Amino acid sequence: MVLHKLKRLFSRLGAGCINKIWRLGAGARLFGLTLISSGESFRRFRLTIREVYFTGVMSLIIILVSAFFVGMVLALQGYHTLQKYGSSEAIGVLVALALVRELGPVVTALLFAGRAGTAITAEIGLMKATEQLSAMEMMAVSPIARVIAPRFWAGVIAMPVLATLFSMVGILGGYLVAVPLIGVDAGAFWSQMQANVDWEYDILNGVFKSLVFGVACTMIALFEGYDAPPTAEGVSRATTRTVVTSSLAVLGLDFILTSFMIAV
Amino acid sequence: MERTTIDLWVGIFVALGLAALLGLAMKVGNLTTSNLGDTYMVTANFENIGGLKPRAPVKSAGVVVGRVGDIGFDAKTYEAVVSLNIDKRYNFPKDTFANIYTAGLLGEQYIGLEAGGDETNLKNGDKISQTQDAVVLEKLISQFLYSKATEGDDKSSKTASTESGADALDASPLDKIGK
Repeated sequence: MVLHKLKRLFSRLGAGCINKIWRLGAGARLFGLTLISSGESFRRFRLTIREVYFTGVMSLIIILVSAFFVGMVLALQGYHTLQKYGSSEAIGVLVALALVRELGPVVTALLFAGRAGTAITAEIGLMKATEQLSAMEMMAVSPIARVIAPRFWAGVIAMPVLATLFSMVGILGGYLVAVPLIGVDAGAFWSQMQANVDWEYDILNGVFKSLVFGVACTMIALFEGYDAPPTAEGVSRATTRTVVTSSLAVLGLDFILTSFMIAV
Repeated sequence: MERTTIDLWVGIFVALGLAALLGLAMKVGNLTTSNLGDTYMVTANFENIGGLKPRAPVKSAGVVVGRVGDIGFDAKTYEAVVSLNIDKRYNFPKDTFANIYTAGLLGEQYIGLEAGGDETNLKNGDKISQTQDAVVLEKLISQFLYSKATEGDDKSSKTASTESGADALDASPLDKIGK
């Protein structure tokens, strides 16, 4: 009896592993197909612009408001610790480096996965459930070129823009707390920041990170939608999986990218 | 009609992103301040560079005149080879003195150049021969403690060396260094 249960446990574990690897392969294949058939999303750039509107512009409010608060909290917390060491002028460096290097790209990607990724998954899942994708194929319109690729490129374009805005607005929030509220000298705030934030190593690396996160988040959302079982439950589960997988992928990729960037 | 408003919004979105990037570059980053322009490279050998890092500033009279390029190790002389990229606008005499200083007590380290009196100037690829190593704080403190201990021995051979060591620790070592 025990042996039987153990056997079942192992077989389920193995099935789960095989399923995960199958999904990884299918996702990679969809990624390749998207890249190959993305010519149309540039030739008819209107399609992509429309999706940039839905994924990027519509996410602006949540991104900007959270950036503002993240920056303000960073300044408050940073000041609290820095003043113990008598270096409260370094608050500008702390806020800028934290935002530009890490929090900007990562928090933007997490919010993007929640705000835009779920919408993409639900939309494509529902398109599949209502057989719109099959209808396109019947009309010899490739759903990957017409539906998937424009959304992919829109995500790739929108993410760095959103992350840059996040960093900038966060720094402004930090400035508002540090200078008018706490009373750190404004000149020291900006000059220390400029002396210690490097254009290439900090800012461009942050933008590159957000570009990678954009590819990962959008691709995961698209794949989960494309792969969702065509039922109400299937779409809802796919939406949940989008958030979970994207968040984990972003945090894991962030570690890998950072370890490369710091080593250089 | 709807399409044009979407276009407009996306245009605003992308413009905002570019503006933020510009703001980061100008206001936050060092793109404007570290504009060195054309540089020439000189090298300097140090026995100990302490915590000097690539891209650390090279200053003369407190003004940033260049940046540290790469830092290597000479396996023959067992010295650190530091290359300095100095702005072409600033020429320094051949007998310029290169020191490694620390900004503040615990700040980052930088290279300070003190101009000499030579007629000829340093050229690309030249080597600065007069250098002074980084001050290692532990070394300084241990030297100080050692000298304090021997001083105590000279005064009275009765006093145990451990006691004078404790005395030295009580008195702020940095005050004494200042004297």
